[in-house]
Amino acid sequence: MLIKIAKPSDLRESDVTPESVYLSRRRFMGGVIGVGAGLALAGRAQAATGPDYADVPAGNPPGWFGPKLENAKWGAVVPADREVDKNTPFDDATHYNNFYEFGTGKGDPARRADRLETQPWSVVIDGEVNNGGRFALEDIARPSQLEERIYRLRCVEAWSMVIPWLGIPLSDVIRRAEPTAKARYVRFETLVRPEQMPGQDSSFALIDWPYVEGLRLDEAMHPLALLGLGMYGRELPNQNGAPFRLIVPWKYGFKSIKSIVRISLVEEQPVNSWQAIAPDEYGFFANVNPEVDHPRWSQATERRLPNSLFSPNIIDTRMFNGYADEVGSLYAGMDLRKQY
Amino acid sequence: MATSRRVLTLWRVAVFIAALAPLVYWGWQVAINAAGPEPGRYLLLNIGQGILWMLLLTLSLTPLSKLTRWKGFTLIRRQLGLWTLAYAVAHLLCYALFILGLDLSRLGSEIVRRPYIIVGMLALLGLIAMGVTSNQWSMRRLGRRWKTLHRIVYPVLGLGLLHFLWVVRADLGQWSAYAAVGACLMILRIPPIARQLPKIRQRRQVKRAAA
Repeated sequence: MLIKIAKPSDLRESDVTPESVYLSRRRFMGGVIGVGAGLALAGRAQAATGPDYADVPAGNPPGWFGPKLENAKWGAVVPADREVDKNTPFDDATHYNNFYEFGTGKGDPARRADRLETQPWSVVIDGEVNNGGRFALEDIARPSQLEERIYRLRCVEAWSMVIPWLGIPLSDVIRRAEPTAKARYVRFETLVRPEQMPGQDSSFALIDWPYVEGLRLDEAMHPLALLGLGMYGRELPNQNGAPFRLIVPWKYGFKSIKSIVRISLVEEQPVNSWQAIAPDEYGFFANVNPEVDHPRWSQATERRLPNSLFSPNIIDTRMFNGYADEVGSLYAGMDLRKQY
Repeated sequence: MATSRRVLTLWRVAVFIAALAPLVYWGWQVAINAAGPEPGRYLLLNIGQGILWMLLLTLSLTPLSKLTRWKGFTLIRRQLGLWTLAYAVAHLLCYALFILGLDLSRLGSEIVRRPYIIVGMLALLGLIAMGVTSNQWSMRRLGRRWKTLHRIVYPVLGLGLLHFLWVVRADLGQWSAYAAVGACLMILRIPPIARQLPKIRQRRQVKRAAA
């Protein structure tokens, strides 16, 4: 049983204003002015039936996924400015991926990931927990409502996208595991299966498989931290980390580990894979920060994809990827230049 | 081995078309929106690899002609060298137009943060020096010094490989392949080894005559 005594300064989940609230207020005001009466109606219709992903090809979801999708909470978190943060086209989000288990080229995952078998899938939850063990993915997902959260995704390579994820709060899963008092960090591990993941077969790979990521426990308990099961109104395509991945929208994309098979509550700060390869380039926290450059490139701006030849679509990168109001307090008093 | 003039002309045209084809193909992929969400980078990276291909092919011609004595290999050396330069210029243009967006104010900070840009520029300067002196007139004027000057190609290969190595993030496979081919081509130029190449051909001829 985790007894967490909240400090008066701590933010509660209920204190966080979802971006969709801003959005619905905008919609309401649009309706009042009379310009957007139809828009307001359209907004309501969307909330009832789910957004229109008619162009997105159907996948091959496991049997338990359909009922969860029917009860999903659509648009639970939506970017405030949908002009800037438009959804990235599905085709781009699924054909431009960093998933080195399938190769280092951006197109490698889309080309090679179809060999990955994701059904059945089980996840080990272990370490400093009272309720650990090996769980079928559907049992991990069952107690939580599926939520659609449209997040900005900022890659450490200075490009970004906007992805409508479907997932469950990471905090739900951690709470159910009942962390002990010793638990201070969460460590995640990706599947190792070289016969289906050809990148793990490369003898030139610098990553020591499995891919490992980690969060501090309070980061992991933050309501924005999501365990993804789907995107664009369907289950995750293999190249996007099927069937179970992490999404931490205020951190660089490499923190959002894919195809998770193990979640461990631990005492010591884990060493994440990129930190192990190049500790001067990639830290443990990896918070999106326009003021702290990567040694080999600037992080002040990002290329919002898709772009075209003569308009690189460069926009300013925002502190904590635009989620500073929600997560800034997690890092109060920390020197983000040193703890990058 | 004597090859007719017509065949040699066809050979040169074929090489020209083959060297042009990748550029046309990549341009076509961008035109039909098949190059992914970042077409500028797609061109930049593909053409970058193209430079290494052209450079390694150019460097393989001397060992090949020593080995076979076929005139065709010597005949396309200048052409492939100039293709290497053309690819390198295209690579730079992609960077300036599509990545930098011609915003030269960003160039300063880019160079500080990405020192491999300097390495790449040095390699390009080497290619330009060889390109502008690749004509008959320069060869006559420079005489012996022409050969010395064109030995720049070796540091250019080293700089090119270093430039590429700096960009690699997590898998050295592809880079190692280019580096290995480059190293082989360099080894074939070490005088005692280079002297063996014509002998291999002669021995083969002797054998064939005996049979």
